[in-house]
Amino acid sequence: MANPEQSIPVVAAENLRKCYGSFVAVNDISFNVGRGELFGILGPNGAGKTSTIRMIYGFSPLSGGSLTVFGKNVTTDWRSIRARLGVCHQDNNLDTEMSVRQNLEVFGTFFGIPAPVARKRATDLLEFFGLAHREKARVGELSGGLMRRLVLARALINEPELLILDEPTTGLDPQSRQQLWEQLARLKKRGVTILLTTHYMEEAAQLCDRLIIIDRGRILVEGRPRDLVGEYVGNQVIESSPVCEGLREFVKARKLDHEDLGHRLLIYCKNDEALYREITGQYCQDNCILRMGTLEDVFLKLTGRELRE
Amino acid sequence: MNPASFSLTWRCLRVWKRDWLVNRQSWHISFLVPLLEPILYVAAFGVGFRALIPELQYRGETVSYVMFMAPALIATSIMYNAFFENTYSSFVRMYYQKTYDAIMATPLSVEEIITGEILWGATKSLLAATVMLVVLSLFGLIRYPDSLGILPLAFLGGLCFGSIGMAFTGVVKNIDMFNLPIFLLLTPMFLFSGTFFPIDTLPGWAQAVAWTLPLTHLVALARVMTFGVLTWQDALISGGYLLALTAVCFPLALMAMRRRLIK
Ligand SMILES: Nc1ncnc2c1ncn2[C@@H]1O[C@H](COP(=O)(O)OP(=O)(O)OP(=O)(O)O)[C@@H](O)[C@H]1O
Ligand SMILES: [Mg+2]
Repeated sequence: MANPEQSIPVVAAENLRKCYGSFVAVNDISFNVGRGELFGILGPNGAGKTSTIRMIYGFSPLSGGSLTVFGKNVTTDWRSIRARLGVCHQDNNLDTEMSVRQNLEVFGTFFGIPAPVARKRATDLLEFFGLAHREKARVGELSGGLMRRLVLARALINEPELLILDEPTTGLDPQSRQQLWEQLARLKKRGVTILLTTHYMEEAAQLCDRLIIIDRGRILVEGRPRDLVGEYVGNQVIESSPVCEGLREFVKARKLDHEDLGHRLLIYCKNDEALYREITGQYCQDNCILRMGTLEDVFLKLTGRELRE
Repeated sequence: MNPASFSLTWRCLRVWKRDWLVNRQSWHISFLVPLLEPILYVAAFGVGFRALIPELQYRGETVSYVMFMAPALIATSIMYNAFFENTYSSFVRMYYQKTYDAIMATPLSVEEIITGEILWGATKSLLAATVMLVVLSLFGLIRYPDSLGILPLAFLGGLCFGSIGMAFTGVVKNIDMFNLPIFLLLTPMFLFSGTFFPIDTLPGWAQAVAWTLPLTHLVALARVMTFGVLTWQDALISGGYLLALTAVCFPLALMAMRRRLIK
């Protein structure tokens, strides 16, 4: 289908800003999310991820900049935009006064979906998320993992073109997380555009086509996970813990790209097996490993290591 | 708005429908109170009080004390139902369940959500009044068809007290703070709005104060509908008062909730 919307970004933010009083939570950030893309927003606690998302679905008024979703202005066209997107909030704001199935069906009526259609979709979603056997359960009886899945299922009741997920896997066990990743992959295959925030770097590395890392309301980097790892930490990391004697001096003398964490020393390198052999030969017999660089290395290197909030 | 501007459409009925659905699941509990309450009061005041106050004069009519009190019972129940629904229940949905946050990701505005909730509060008042009307009819305390006017009155009263409640919900810090308007507003109204004794037995200044209370007008209207004659003065003054107060408090409630919910 020749659709003029195909070419415009699903989300386009330009110098987007959000202030709470005099505090600037989102500080002039710009990014685009393309159709069918899985886009990640990463950042430490309080970085401004949720604030950004709240503006995208027309919940928070912008304090500055411009923001369009599906090419429409969020401030004026919020109603038609919301009809086409699904939001999975950071906290499980399910309706505890209703059953699992009712949570889906009633949410459908908020979108104006006719009851028989909502019923059919609820059945499909319960199946898709492995909730069918609990459809009559009260929300309060569900485990954290099932609740999370229900929140996600609910976000899909209107068959959204854009799915916004604010930390969808926080609090899930590894099995549930893996399963959720699979489900996201299936949705992506169907052409759903997905915007995701997460604190799990492995998750972001696996899922995201592209991502931004933000801190204190500003974008630090933008790119594909693999490219970012290559660019900022090299694909390999030599890690020594506890730090071997003489290694610090060696690293300084050689001017190697490294980070000293006191009890741990990280040396970022690009396919340098020789360096690793040299270090293990001269300084560290044990306590030293060569591993792949990860997105977590990038994240910590860029956002620093002190605690937030 | 949501962000920019006020937006209120018929979509508010979707929220009303949600509340209706949830309530239907526990209808027996919601019906128990309006069912039993009038029976208890009639037993206490009809039997227990009969020796003390055999009958009294109200607007030139001689009525028994239970008859005098019955419409006031309906009126206070109209007040409490809507007020409690749009304070405690709405607060739980807003603050603890974050139901409103969830709904605000759908094509509904804050105004529509809150209006749906207030309409639901008024519906609860209407349902309670209906049940009580039926029960009191069984005791022969209700005169038809005039008393049917209590049904639209219940809805209007519900809108009024629901809006007042919702305005408080928009500003209280925590759920315990509702004790304040209940102690300072609702309880005095319950006692002094001509509910248990005619207002004209009060000193002049107290009468003047009583007539500023919305429940006084609700009681007065309910009373003339059950055994008096509804005059155009009643309709104009008391009806007008309730309408005007609703017209003021409803937008106040919307504004308070907007301020609270939109961040
Ligand atoms: N309603 C609000 N009023 C005042 N400050 C707020 C409000 N909401 C968020 N903030 C502040 O704005 C900053 C960004 O918050 P935000 O929730 O966007 O962070 P986040 O990146 O989602 O963090 P987390 O990973 O912890 O969820 C924080 O410092 C937070 O305290
Ligand atoms: Mg957040």
